[in-house]
Amino acid sequence: MGIEQKAGDLGAVTMRLEQAVNWARTYAMWPMLFGLACCAIEMMAGQAAKHDMSRFGMELMRATPRQSDLMIISGRVTRKMAPVLRLLYDQMPEPKWVISMGDCASCGGVFNNYAIVQGVDEIMPVDVYVAGCPPRPEALVHGILTLHEKVRGETIKTWA
Amino acid sequence: MNEEIQQAITALEERFSVEAEEFRGEINLTVAGEELVAVCQMLRDDFDFKFMEIMTAVDYWPEQEPRFHVIYKLYSIEKKLRIGLRVPVAGIEPKLPTVVDLFANANWREREIWDMFGIRFEGHPDLRRILMPHDWQGHPLRKDYPLGYEEVQFSFNAEEVDQDKPYAKE
Repeated sequence: MGIEQKAGDLGAVTMRLEQAVNWARTYAMWPMLFGLACCAIEMMAGQAAKHDMSRFGMELMRATPRQSDLMIISGRVTRKMAPVLRLLYDQMPEPKWVISMGDCASCGGVFNNYAIVQGVDEIMPVDVYVAGCPPRPEALVHGILTLHEKVRGETIKTWA
Repeated sequence: MNEEIQQAITALEERFSVEAEEFRGEINLTVAGEELVAVCQMLRDDFDFKFMEIMTAVDYWPEQEPRFHVIYKLYSIEKKLRIGLRVPVAGIEPKLPTVVDLFANANWREREIWDMFGIRFEGHPDLRRILMPHDWQGHPLRKDYPLGYEEVQFSFNAEEVDQDKPYAKE
């Protein structure tokens, strides 16, 4: 059964505006092209042929924050890097989302010391935390799908 | 011990109060801070140790007094020889003369040691922090610097620690 049987010969599909917008947002969610530490290697593996994140509309890593929707914090955030990350986050246009990938980005991980920010949520709001040290590409893909679920649940009220 | 190094050490011992020590083929001299520049000058000009490979510091607090040792490793490219200098530095505000005029790469090394240990190098052209943010307080590689800056969250104290955590609003 395909969509043409539901829609008949009308050539039109009806759905709620929220559904249409959220569908568009989830299937073209472009992450920003940057990596911070070893988690970035797993992120690269996730982008590569075997795991292929383009299946979820995430194939385009944008090299500028002005064209990206999603920020993947892939690795530990040093105190010196924190203002740079916040600047990049502020430069991203709305709507924007943040995935905190790995233990170091989520809570500091094993680095409870003067140099590392104890969780990137100290400097920016985070939507999804991915556990692991480092998480496998599957875990990142799962995190992204979790984020998609979250985005699909958004309503006009949450956009405003 | 290598002959040429032996010559250098004998010449140094005549003029300065240095103390040589050999451990597994590695030769280290203990040098007083006041004589450091003169010793480096002599090693560089007379004995061809023209390249400073490493410059670093160690904090032996609380076991040893003086607590800091600044370590220089000089290398002779022509003779393929290595010699180490160890300079004990005491005090709450430790000071040493700079060797930037002899070895240009000491510039960043001394900035790093100032940043991490708070040892001030007198005569350095531009002594400011190199690794830590410029407004940082304290010198992190000192042994009396606190290890962690946030209490670890376990299930029994998760909420307690969470209250003091500085979350970003938006």
